[in-house]
Parts: sequence; structure tokens; C-alpha cells
Amino acid sequence: MSKLRWIFIGIILILLYAPIIVMIVFSFNEANSTSIFEGFSLRWYKDLFQYGGDLLGALRNTLVLAVLSSVISTVLGTVAAVGISKMKKAWVKSSVMSVTNIPLMNPEVVTGISMMLMFVFVGKMLDLANSVNFFTILIAHITFGLPYVILNVLPRLRSTDKHLTEAAMDLGCTPVQAFFKAVLPSITPGIIVGFIMAFTMSLDDFVISYFTNGTYQTLPLLIYSMTRKPMKPDVYALESIMFLIILVLMILLNVIQNDDKKKGARLKK
Amino acid sequence: MKKLICVIIAVLLISGLFVLSFLGESNTEVDVVDEKYYENDFKGIELNVFNWGEYISDGSEGTLDVIAAFEKKTGIKVNYTTYESNEAMYAKIKSGSVSYDIIIPSDYMIARMRTEGLLKEIDYSKIPNYQFIDDRYMDAYFDPENKYTVPYSVGMVGLIYNKTMVEEEPDSWGAMWDERYKGNILTFNNSRDAFAIAQFYLGLDVNSTNKADWDKAAAKLKEQNPLLQGRVMDEVFNKMEAGNAALAPYYAGDYLTMADVNPDLGFVYPKEGTNIFVDSMCIPSNSKNYEAALMFINFMLEPEVGLANAEYICYATPNTEVIDHPDYSLAGNEILYPENQDEIKTEYYHDLDDETRKYFEKLWEEVIIN
Amino acid sequence: MTKAKSGQVALNAPYLLWAVAFIVVPLIFVAYYAFTTADGGFTFQNIITFFTHKQYMTVFWRSMLYALWATLICLLIAYPFAYCMSKVNMSSQRMLMLLVMLPMLMNLIVRTYSWQQILERNGLINKLLESIGLEPVQFLGNAGVIIFGMVYNYLPFMILPIYSSISKVDKSLLEASNDLGCNAFGTVRRVILPMSLPGILSGITMVFVPCVSTFYISRQFSDGNIKMIGDVIEDKFYRSSVPDYNIGATISLVLMLIILISLAVVNKFSDGDDESGGGVVI
Repeated sequence: MSKLRWIFIGIILILLYAPIIVMIVFSFNEANSTSIFEGFSLRWYKDLFQYGGDLLGALRNTLVLAVLSSVISTVLGTVAAVGISKMKKAWVKSSVMSVTNIPLMNPEVVTGISMMLMFVFVGKMLDLANSVNFFTILIAHITFGLPYVILNVLPRLRSTDKHLTEAAMDLGCTPVQAFFKAVLPSITPGIIVGFIMAFTMSLDDFVISYFTNGTYQTLPLLIYSMTRKPMKPDVYALESIMFLIILVLMILLNVIQNDDKKKGARLKK
Repeated sequence: MKKLICVIIAVLLISGLFVLSFLGESNTEVDVVDEKYYENDFKGIELNVFNWGEYISDGSEGTLDVIAAFEKKTGIKVNYTTYESNEAMYAKIKSGSVSYDIIIPSDYMIARMRTEGLLKEIDYSKIPNYQFIDDRYMDAYFDPENKYTVPYSVGMVGLIYNKTMVEEEPDSWGAMWDERYKGNILTFNNSRDAFAIAQFYLGLDVNSTNKADWDKAAAKLKEQNPLLQGRVMDEVFNKMEAGNAALAPYYAGDYLTMADVNPDLGFVYPKEGTNIFVDSMCIPSNSKNYEAALMFINFMLEPEVGLANAEYICYATPNTEVIDHPDYSLAGNEILYPENQDEIKTEYYHDLDDETRKYFEKLWEEVIIN
Repeated sequence: MTKAKSGQVALNAPYLLWAVAFIVVPLIFVAYYAFTTADGGFTFQNIITFFTHKQYMTVFWRSMLYALWATLICLLIAYPFAYCMSKVNMSSQRMLMLLVMLPMLMNLIVRTYSWQQILERNGLINKLLESIGLEPVQFLGNAGVIIFGMVYNYLPFMILPIYSSISKVDKSLLEASNDLGCNAFGTVRRVILPMSLPGILSGITMVFVPCVSTFYISRQFSDGNIKMIGDVIEDKFYRSSVPDYNIGATISLVLMLIILISLAVVNKFSDGDDESGGGVVI
């Protein structure tokens, strides 16, 4: 029974990883082809980092955008979560939560188009030269990062003892101090998880960026526009490196969550 | 404690990747015709260049990194972005959402943008290297008075076939309706190019404004539907290189790239005629950096820059200095520069009126959605 | 205003402003474009055009159908997978969770490109088939492979919420069910299935929504043969030689409304769950 279980799990995992394995294998291709493997070589990795070029430029753009947008959505989202958790009226709370869920539930293509239509309209109204630009793509990425942060922080706040803040204030803390000293440490794991999710979502986003980018080109957009020539294995090489890094990030995330759960279990005892 | 270490590792990783992205020094060494020309006081401005994806020498494998070389020479920062089709580029310009300084559309799109007032006249006196442009590409229909364009790259559509999969070497577009190759035929995944093949085959004018002509072509395309393996753009490279399909229309220069990988591939300019295109550099009317844009155009015409681009793109170049350059490996290539060029029937796409455009796009939806 | 109240405002104002400006208002713009002509006059014509146009309707129903199939297949794979996952030891569970999440964080375009190399006529699978003496198969280009592509891409969105709801089922409940004479199948049917319903519902919405609105995946896996509604929207904005924002916005609006209505219905069913929305948070 347990063997069968693992076989089934294994088959599905092979399905999920087949294209990634092929990508990694062909990133070591000696030939300039993503379909015919002619031998092992580090040619494309060397090419990537020896000569730089547009792929690295796009990678830089992607990283700057992902870091900025995820940091801002983390700060904004954490504050929002604290605010939402303190809302008294149920209907206010539930309508705010509904709006928060929209970016997750709405088709990406609709989110992207809705933002583009607004930015272009506002740009025309203000007579801007560039109505979609770095800031619009940043706004878009912050917006779809926010729900990940809020929805990860809220449950933490709920499980945090309500009397913690009061106790801290009784001990002479101002509300702000009480938040930083008493509440923040207990919701930090949720914040970190939200941050990492917002970060990875931003790294990989194609659809929403496609409609809001202006002259700021991220890696997925650059790859999408490669229609005049075939994709070269150097794209695979770069994506393989990204895979490795995301893998490590996810393992770290796992360690953090795990550590936290253990602590929680100990506290309960 | 463990948590802190994790966070530190994560931060290190991301910043490490960021540092990696600054690695690599591309080749920016380039000799220009007149060094003095590039002295300027444009420092600090940003030039928005909008080009086809993979349509410029990008420094891979030690080739010239054209954008970096221009930035180094002039101190101008270039925001280089890419598009995947004339239509995508047009949509962005038309919506007025971004002010680009350089775009590189194809002929029919130039004609359209010109009539819609989206292009700025070019001051050729500021582009000394314009003299290198082959006369053959002047006075083109899309810019009859040579006011708006500087040719960048030239290509023709031909029929690529796999010698091991066809029974005789095709010489006509008719091969794309041949039952024997059912399931092995590819065609363009864009309306204008796909229609043109039917139009050439039927002997119709590709620039017809007669609805009946388009109806005939659409009927012919519907006939082709059951024979097709797929409608592709860049996917054609992998498909033809790996022998997944027998026949595909694509651009001559791209055939050379494919034939490098798969020597079984052949190429022909079908006897009924075919499309020729010229992609030209233009300045959109809402450009904010006109003078710097002219400098960029001039730089692209530098013999060494033109050479690097021609080698990378693999299409024919309109730059006479490049054609005569001793290092130009494609000089005299019989596919790019056929000796019997004048015998091949070629046709530019013209811009069509809005009504015809709407009509054939509607027909196209009927062809592809069934 | 009391101090507490002003603190409350300070906490909520930035996010509320942000949400209104960048979530709500853009959607109003979609509606605005859907109900106007190119010159800005009010009209119902776009909506009428959409619902009476033969090709749009074909594509619309096709997208619904494919998305339903993909969702169903995802469910049939994901449920047993999540169940198996919940049965292995704790550290393996965590590792599996990570392995399931990882692929969906990779670049969609590159993954799709890679699948094409695997499924091509002379691709890896066919080479394998030929080496054991079988005829090669034309995988790409049909409806089945689009559905496969969607299942591949969105399977993790089904697995994770189901897994998280199954793993929440109290062990003592299972024991109780055993004690009361249920066999393994009965336990699944009577205890685990009802308890994991919120996870299933959340998985269904998380798979169905991206499937029905996908563009790119359909184009690449079908070799450009089959269009879905997302492709048509992309065409209207970026690919057609006569871009038409109004009809593009109309299709987007209809799609959005249908999805939001079906979500509301689904949420009615999963009323018991709290506002964290089941598996929305992975």
C-alpha cells in the first residue's frame, strides 16, 4: 500500500518536473539548440556571465521590481492586516476582505487590462509622455502582492493573544511600542511567508506585466518577445539558475515555518 | 536564531543574484566613421528604443553589444525594449501610453503610421551615414519622398521544406495545399502573412481592396485547415530543425539559421511570387529626444555596427558598406542576395484602408476559429 | 475623534485608498470601455456583438468546456495525491509540499517551451516510443493537449488546498470512524471527504479561473490551431491589426462577471470556513 502510494506520488512529480528537467539538461547543450542535444558543455553559462547582454539586464530589472514591490506590499499589507483585524463591524470587514481577494480571484488578464486602461486614461488626462512606466508596473506588482501578505498575516494576528497588547500597555508601553515589542514578534513568520510569496510571484509574473510595463522590460517579457529567432539555451541556463535560487528560498521558508510550528507546539505544552 | 540565519541566507542569495546580473563585460569596441560626430551634450537623457525581439547584435558569444557600445560612446542611456509583432508595437504607440524615440516597423506598418501622423520627419543632414543606404531601398512606396525612414533590414518570404519528407522539391505555394503532406504543413500565425500565401497562389493582389478577393483567399485558407499541422511564428525553428514538419513558409535569413542545424532543409522562392519586407528605423511623433534619436540612427548605420547586426540577424542588409565589408560572411549568399533577384516576383504589403482591414480580420477569425 | 479611532484610521487609510485606486477603479474602467464606443458614446452594442457573434460564442463555450475538463482532471489527480501525501511521515509531507509548489514558481513561458520539445513529433516522448518499436504520435495541436497543458500548470493549485484541508482532519475522528466499523473507503467517504470539502471548493476555483482565462498556453500547446477566450482578448489589445479596446474590455467584463458570480456561489457552499478562504493562502 505504502509502495503504491509512493509510485503514484512519483508519477505526478515526474509530470510536474519533466519540463524543468529538460530545461536544465538542455542548458548544458553544446549545440545552439533546445531540441537536439549534442553533448555536455558549460558554453551557455559561460556566455551568459562573460558577455552579459540583454538577458542579464532584464534579470536586473526583474529583481529590482520584485524586491521593491514585495517590500512595499509587505509593509502596506502588514499595516492593513493589523487594521483589518481591529475592525469591529462585520460587514465592513467582510467587504474589505472581498476587495482584497479580487486580485487573487480575478483572471490575471483582466487585472492587467483593467490597470492598463486606467493608466492610459489617466496618462492622457494629465498629458504624460509615458503613462505606463516603471511606476505603473511597480503599482501593479504591489497590488497583486498585497493579498498574499494580508492573508498570511491575518491568521497570525487572530491567534495572537488579544490581551498581549493590553498587558504591554499596562507595563508602560505606548500602543506603537506595544505593537513592536509584543505583537510583531508573534506575527513575523506570517510576514516572512507573505513577503517571499509576493517576491516569487513578482519574479515570475508575465500576464499583468505584459499590459502595464511601458519601457521597463522584465525577464518574462523579454522572453515572450523573442519571436524573430528561436530561444537559445542561454535562456535555459539563466532559468536553471533561477530555479536553484527559488528552490533554496523555498527550503529556507520551510525551515522558518517548521521552526515556528515546533515553537508553537512547545508553547502549547 | 535559526530563523535569522535563514533570512540572512535568503538576503544573501537575492543580492548575490543581483550582483551576478552586473557580471560580464560585453564587447563594446567599435570604430566609427567620424568620432567627432558622437561628441554631444545629451548626457543624462534616456533614449527609448523599441525594436523586434532578437533583432540587434546583443553581445552574445563575444559579438558586438550594439546598445552598450552606443551608450559608452555617447553617454546616452538607452531604455531598450522589444516587441513580438508590428501590431503589438502599433497598439502601444497608438494608445499613446509610452513615448518612444526609435521604432523599427515593417513597410506596411510604416505606411499606416505615416498616414495616421504617428511619425516624425527625419532630418537626414544630421545622419551622415545615410549615404551608405543602397539606392534600391530609397523611394519605396511606404516613404515615397524619403522623409520618415531609414532602412534597417530586408527580407523575403520563401518556402522551407524538408528534403526527406517531400516527394519532389516544391516550386509553388501549391505544395501547401498538397494532400500528400497532410499534417506536415505549417503556416504563419498572423493574418496578413497567412492570407498572402493564399493570395499569391490564387494569383490575387495581396493589397486588394476588393472584398470578393479576400473572400476567395479566405475560402482557400479554410480548404487548407485540415491539412495543417499548426500555425506558428518562432516555433517554426524548432519544428523544422527537428524534422517535425515538411513544409513551412518563413523568412529567407531564418532558413539559413535552420539549415545550419538541419542540412536536410531546402528553400525556394515560389514561382507565383512572394512578400518582400523592409524594416526601417523611424521616429514616432511624440518622441522627446529627437536629436539623440538621429544620433542613434547614424550609429546603427556605422559599417561595423551594421556588420554586427547583419551577422546576428542573418537577413539582407541595405547598408552598402556592410555588403562590401571583407568580414561579412553572408556576402553573396544566394539565398539572401539571389543573383536572379529581379526574376523573383516580389510584392510589398501595402497599408490597407480601415474597412478592408476590419474585413480581412473578420475573415481571419472565421478561418482560425472553427 | 478619540485617540483609538484616529489610530484606527491611520492604520486602515493607506490600504483602503490603495485598494480603491488600484483594484476597484480599474475594474470600473473595464466596465466603462465595455459600454462605450471608440468615440466615447454610451452603447450596449459591444455586449450584443459579443453574444451574437458566432466565433466569439464558439471560443467562449470552448473555453468553459476545456476549463471544466481541466478542473475535473486536476481534482481526480489531486485528491488521491493529497490523500497519499497526508499519509506519509511528517518530514516527507513538508518536502512534498515544497516539491509541488516549486514548478509553479518557474517561468511559464520557458516551461511551456520545454513541454513543446518533449511532445513534438520528433520530441523526447516519441523518440522513446520509437526506440521500443512504436509509432510516433502527434501530441501537439489538439484540444486534449491544451487541457493537458492546463492540468500541468494548475495542478498544484488543486493539490495544496486539498492537502491542507485533509491534513487538518483530526486523527481521533479517523480512529472513531474505524471503531464505529467503517472500512478505509467508508472513512474517506464519510469523514475525510466532507471535512475536506472547503479545500476542494477552493481548489476548484483556483484552477478553473486561470484555466478559463488562459492565453499563451492554449496557443503554444495547440500549435496555434485552437483559440481560447484569453487569446481573443489578447488579440483585441495587442495582436490584431485593428485593435479594439471596447470589444476587448467587453469580453473581459463578461468573463470577470461570470467568474465572480460562480465564486460567490461556491463561497455560499463553503460558508463554514472562516475568512482566510480555505486554501487561498498556500
